[in-house]
Amino acid sequence: MNEHTEKNIGQSQHGLKEIFKRLSRAPLAMIGLAIVVVLVFTAVFAGFIAPYGYAEQDLMAAFEEPSGAHLFGTDEFGRDIFSRIIYGSRISLQVGFIAVGIAVFAGGFLGAIAGYYGGKADNLIMRAMDVLLSIPSILLAIAIAASLGPGLFNLMIAVGISSTPNYARIVRGSVLSIRNQEFVEAAKAVGSSDLRIILKHIIPNCLAPIIVQATLGVAIAILTAAGLSFIGLGIQPPIPEWGAMLSGGREYIRDYAYMTVFPGLAIMITILALNFLGDGLRDALDPKLKR
Amino acid sequence: MFKYIARRILFLLPVLVGVSFIVFSLLYITPGDPARMVLGDQATEEAVQEFRNKEGLNDPFLVQYGRYVYKAIQGDIGRSYMTRRPVSDEILSAFPSTIKLAALSMVIAILLGIPFGIISAIRQYSLFDSVTMIFAMVGLSMPVFWLGILLILFFSVQLRWLPSSGFDSLAAMILPSITLAAQSVAIVTRMTRSSMLEVVRQDYIRTARAKGQKESVVIWRHALGNALIPVVTVVGLQFGHLLGGAVLTESIFSIPGVGRLMVEAIKMRDYPLVQGGVLYIAIAFSLVNLLVDLVYAWVDPRIKAQYK
Amino acid sequence: MEDKKLLLDIQDLSIHYVVESGTVHAVEHLNLSLAPGENLGFVGETGAGKTTTALGIMGLVPNPPGKVVNGKILFEGEDLLKKTEEQMRSIRGGKIAMIFQDPMTSLNPVITVDKQIAEMVLLHNNVTEQQALERAEEMLELVGIKRERARDFPHQFSGGMKQRVVIAIALACNPTLLIADEPTTALDVTIQAQVLELMHELRRKINTSLIMITHDLGIVAEMCDKVAIMYAGKVVEYAPTEALFNHPGHPYTEGLFNSIPDLDSDEEELKVIQGLMPDPTNLPSGCTFHPRCPYAVEACSKDVPPMVEIEPGHFVACPVRGKPYLHLGK
Repeated sequence: MNEHTEKNIGQSQHGLKEIFKRLSRAPLAMIGLAIVVVLVFTAVFAGFIAPYGYAEQDLMAAFEEPSGAHLFGTDEFGRDIFSRIIYGSRISLQVGFIAVGIAVFAGGFLGAIAGYYGGKADNLIMRAMDVLLSIPSILLAIAIAASLGPGLFNLMIAVGISSTPNYARIVRGSVLSIRNQEFVEAAKAVGSSDLRIILKHIIPNCLAPIIVQATLGVAIAILTAAGLSFIGLGIQPPIPEWGAMLSGGREYIRDYAYMTVFPGLAIMITILALNFLGDGLRDALDPKLKR
Repeated sequence: MFKYIARRILFLLPVLVGVSFIVFSLLYITPGDPARMVLGDQATEEAVQEFRNKEGLNDPFLVQYGRYVYKAIQGDIGRSYMTRRPVSDEILSAFPSTIKLAALSMVIAILLGIPFGIISAIRQYSLFDSVTMIFAMVGLSMPVFWLGILLILFFSVQLRWLPSSGFDSLAAMILPSITLAAQSVAIVTRMTRSSMLEVVRQDYIRTARAKGQKESVVIWRHALGNALIPVVTVVGLQFGHLLGGAVLTESIFSIPGVGRLMVEAIKMRDYPLVQGGVLYIAIAFSLVNLLVDLVYAWVDPRIKAQYK
Repeated sequence: MEDKKLLLDIQDLSIHYVVESGTVHAVEHLNLSLAPGENLGFVGETGAGKTTTALGIMGLVPNPPGKVVNGKILFEGEDLLKKTEEQMRSIRGGKIAMIFQDPMTSLNPVITVDKQIAEMVLLHNNVTEQQALERAEEMLELVGIKRERARDFPHQFSGGMKQRVVIAIALACNPTLLIADEPTTALDVTIQAQVLELMHELRRKINTSLIMITHDLGIVAEMCDKVAIMYAGKVVEYAPTEALFNHPGHPYTEGLFNSIPDLDSDEEELKVIQGLMPDPTNLPSGCTFHPRCPYAVEACSKDVPPMVEIEPGHFVACPVRGKPYLHLGK
């Protein structure tokens, strides 16, 4: 039994290693990875990097154009936009990663059950996922966020639930393809429990497609969250959220365009980096698509 | 084929019941008392209770849901807290703009995405391919609302070429449609390209070349027909994204569509209107998906055969 | 090599693929010829370069990564490698037709089979579409498929039937040369025999020359006049079928024969050829077979052995094993 488990995990680790080796040969993916690493660093050490506090108002210095003192200028309350964007990375990354975490966990759980047990459980779960999929995901997120009310945690839940069906589908598909392979049969034959088989054998083997989808999913989650904040459904002021900052800057677009340009740029670069990384991962995972 | 359509429409019903269940549940868990919302803060406790009894708000969850479905079948999905008009009326009057916007964007996505995807694939690794792919990646990563603002900034504020709001003239439609279409153009381009690259490697393409067929015919007749099959699916899914994205786009360009209505409703805590909008858009999306599946069956004989 | 006017004469052909891990010498200094009306069996392991040679004749080597780097392919006396793409198009399908290995994937899934045959007819004959479709139905009947099925899509046919359709396409314009690339490998054994029988019969009817690419010596014995044995990009033995079967010259050919199970023999085990095909990006020096050859001497790793005629029409590229028969030839 142990031998099987180890062999199995060894297999998937070998796969991941191979994938990262291929990934390292894709320049765009490496750029994406570098940007993501920088972003995570920025988010963690925002307090040290940002020259001002995110809520630090200075009405005397409102609407200042970008300068040495205020790299990206100041907003209507005289808050330093550069600092707010730095702090904003915390919110976006948190929402992105935790929302995807929720979706991967919930979707993975449902997908694994549907794929492993098949039959009625499969039917019930997947029809429910179909229903969720029939609502455009940003709308579903809007509907959930509207019901739960504003706030970071609610935003994460809304975005997380709205992307759960995707992961359920992927995991179910992987489980179906793995379920009848020999090492799973062998584990069953020696009397391993279903839970053990799912956790030790099946999940490690469908990790790769989930990682790819999750990377792209973080990008989508950040975009969705920013969109919700943009229409007033996400984070409440004064907490700096890129989408909310954009929304706030709209009023002053005619005179102070920089107020909307920089937060937008921050979102785009983040998403671009995650997409590059996700794309690279997918190619690394499926080399037959690349010649 | 008729039987297939009938069956597909029949399959639609449980999905709609599911959507209505989600929408109703969300309404149910929404904090705040609808009676208070409607009657206002000044209303007496008795009046609130009377309203709750009259509207059946004290009944058990499933009874309320049953009533909701029963009414929904008759087209009644509640009244707006703000205007007291039926939600259906509010939404249906706003729906044409949203559909127009989404459809226009869809057309842009198809007209740009498919040709660019094909040319990129045919000239893989060329300058054209690289530039297209970079643009597609940027388009994919561009937040809809930011793109809209940038376009307004440039074409309306700076150049004063196009209006920054409204949706009543062709000129007014240009910026919103481009804004909403950008991501879909990127997705359709990428999908067309990868599908095309996959197909040109197939054996039957080699067969066509071995017949002595011209390269252009090989591409347009043999490769394209097969390459577009998965693109059809993506295009269908894009329509859902477009309907969702319309919420943001309409709000940026002040277009009187369902999206803006919903955003207004969110700000006013007018939840029946929000949920009604979700329900209507889900129905529209499901119908489009049905249409896509029909197109799918039409272009792919292997699928058509299953439903004869 | 022969006095008769040759239909196909490949001289010193080299085709390379440039891939990440190096240059694959798929075909290396290959010589091969075929007289009109002749049937040539083209035998070798997977990866020996048989399909690449065929694609080279068709002018369909995928480029990139493939490239014809050297040689001539004389067809009816003219070098195909010097033809323009447009000239090649009229030869492809018209004079030289090819049947590919896997019928499951060789037909376009979204076009009905009659149109796929008619396309070939339209390209090489001055006919109307109606006439082409009529010809397509004739061809279907010729390969044993009912006319009524002309408007069906490929997925509605079984594997064997699909290969019949592929054959119908290939023969629709009465080609002078037909190249069949393992036409039965992907089929069930019972179907294989039927398809081979059909090809044999049609070939005689249409009177076309045939290059039958295969790794099955049984098929060669049944269908071919001559055999070329290919190993690692080169032809190592070329002989009339009977001569080859009676006294195989090259150690590799011998190995191929030994690895066929023989019911009459008492031996318990099959004699397999030791070792593996060499890495095509890094071929052994001298004779490419020498690391696996039981008869190899030191010289084998140094010089590339020339083709030696050991009996009339029987050429072997092996100085060691070729010698015993030398007296027969001269």
